[in-house]
Amino acid sequence: MPNTLYDKLWNEHHIKTLDSGESLIYIDRQYLHEVTSPQAFEGLSKKGLLPWRLGANIATPDHNVPTERGDSFTVENISDDISKIQVVELDKNCNKFGIKQFDITSANQGIVHVIGPELGYTLPGMTIVCGDSHTSTHGAFGCLAMGIGTSEVEHVLATQTLKVSKLLNMKVIFEGTPQRGVSSKDIVLFLIGEIGTAGGNGHAIEFSGSYIESISMEARMTICNMAIEAGAKVGLIATDSTTIDYVKEHSPLSVDDLALAQKHWNNLFSDKEAIFDKEIVIDISQIKPQVTWGTSPEMVVDYDAGLPKLSMQTEANKKNIELAKNYMGIKEGEKLTDLEFDRVFIGSCTNSRIEDLREAASVIKGRIVSEKITEAIVVPGSGMVKAQAEAEGLDKIFKDAGFIWRDPGCSMCLGMNPDQLKPYERCASTSNRNFEGRQGNLGRTHLMSPVMAAYTAINGVIGDLS
Amino acid sequence: MKVIGNELQIKGIVASIDRDNIDTDQIIPTEYLKSIKKFGFEDYLFDGWRYLDDGKLGISKNERKINHEFVLNQEPFTQANILLTRDNFGCGSSREHAVWALRDFGIRVVIASSFGDIFYNNCFKNGVLPVKLSKDQIEEIFKAEVGEMSVSLDSKKIEFNNTYQYEFEVEDNLLERIVLGLDDVDMTLKYKNDIKLFEELRKKEKPWIYADE
Ligand code: SF4
Repeated sequence: MPNTLYDKLWNEHHIKTLDSGESLIYIDRQYLHEVTSPQAFEGLSKKGLLPWRLGANIATPDHNVPTERGDSFTVENISDDISKIQVVELDKNCNKFGIKQFDITSANQGIVHVIGPELGYTLPGMTIVCGDSHTSTHGAFGCLAMGIGTSEVEHVLATQTLKVSKLLNMKVIFEGTPQRGVSSKDIVLFLIGEIGTAGGNGHAIEFSGSYIESISMEARMTICNMAIEAGAKVGLIATDSTTIDYVKEHSPLSVDDLALAQKHWNNLFSDKEAIFDKEIVIDISQIKPQVTWGTSPEMVVDYDAGLPKLSMQTEANKKNIELAKNYMGIKEGEKLTDLEFDRVFIGSCTNSRIEDLREAASVIKGRIVSEKITEAIVVPGSGMVKAQAEAEGLDKIFKDAGFIWRDPGCSMCLGMNPDQLKPYERCASTSNRNFEGRQGNLGRTHLMSPVMAAYTAINGVIGDLS
Repeated sequence: MKVIGNELQIKGIVASIDRDNIDTDQIIPTEYLKSIKKFGFEDYLFDGWRYLDDGKLGISKNERKINHEFVLNQEPFTQANILLTRDNFGCGSSREHAVWALRDFGIRVVIASSFGDIFYNNCFKNGVLPVKLSKDQIEEIFKAEVGEMSVSLDSKKIEFNNTYQYEFEVEDNLLERIVLGLDDVDMTLKYKNDIKLFEELRKKEKPWIYADE
């Protein structure tokens, strides 16, 4: 029987079907961070259990860490006491159980979804979990990767398995060549605008088509990262030569292991005749740069389009749109291009990889940040990205333009560390969520690509990238 | 895990929030994720809507500026144990804290036309029942003036005002977890040998996955 990629990964990891009808699947890799793991470790200790397989787990602190650290920073220097407790707790738990951690002083510390692939811990064909919804990112490697809750983190620590029901299969085919100034972020935002934030609920989405085949691993990760914003906890892309080249460059595997693995990886694609429960084809050549205007990622339009008019809405829609417009401080009749921005954030697990920084820097080179912008920051996703960017001189381009060049972490993607919006500040952000208060209480987030964020930094407004 | 209780009937007050796509950042904002505990989130549920000021972990509701317009600050809804909302409730972040906050506030049932996948799963681990109804049924409930609602876990029905009755679907094994407060880790460890066998075989066939051990 022809199988989808998701089916193949599911079958390969399936241990048994339980009386309840659910399945027990084997987990190859678990990433841990400081926010969703303490209660899981506590649960483990209370039961008197040890992690089933230590080597499956990799930890790093990312959500709480300040991003202005410099060289001699240690955990003791975190000034927010409550944040410090979580980072210390992760240290303690990793030491107590013997879990490998890239701690706050490590050159490889970074956002968990950035360091996993670049350190070679994410390998094609694996099942990967993390107490974080953006674990879907790793699906770019042909992995079955998904976000889980803290109870499940404990379950995976204790049993190396997850108890789950199978998802449905959905295929999204992106065909065509993008217009100038359009990147993978625009493509995935466009998709979310089309199918809505619940469009992928209950499904694993496989992204395919000529566009996907043509793009880099970084761009593929951006797309899988935001599968969760389309409602799908699993995003997937078939393994191909682009994947394998990336893995060879980043993984410490021996030549023999690689050769053996590659035989298996060559089979990580959906069979031609495989049946999907849903299928969508999108011609991407018509897509313009996308920018969100509201408080859900599905509230997204072409950067120069008009916004939904209240008078033309059904009752149910009207309410959601009105609430969002009020929150975002957008008046009736206003367009996105009319709005003046206060802050710019280039970073997050969606867009803090080397390619994102290169693209943003190409727009910024030789120009300076607009006087209207009170602060523009670039936060590399990991120590490795930071070092690479510095080796290429990107940091200098950003700093010369008036950007602040930071240390790795989740930063302003979420209001948990010192990088936060003040009430009513409007931010051009390369992150993934524009929910109310996401970047700080009453802050206003507009999601966009790194190049559009860079443009906004220079001009104070969004605009034409072509 | 705490046994949530064995009742098969949940009766109580319904609070409604008329919005689609209520994400877990709204159910509990990031600030409160700094807690390393599994309990004590009741004062922070819907924090951004419930209060007019900016909160911090450790500050109780008595010290906050209450938003009296918000349903959970109005009587009798301060005692609500059932929440009615629209589409895609609990989308976004995987934070189980969202369910802990609902549970700690006293919410036992959430009724919506759909839920975020991860949130839906998290509910059953913490004794909160997510009930899916059709959009039309949800619309009807919003329009009806609901007094007290009763949710029956064994017959999978909700009833109110003596006139309305809706059946809902939920997998028996998930329901059982709520009713009996079962712990998944204990249950899975019964299959220890199956897992070990599977793992041994995998190690042989796919050694690269275990290369760094
Ligand atoms: S960068 Fe943002 S979305 Fe990504 S893991 Fe960190 S907080 Fe979550």
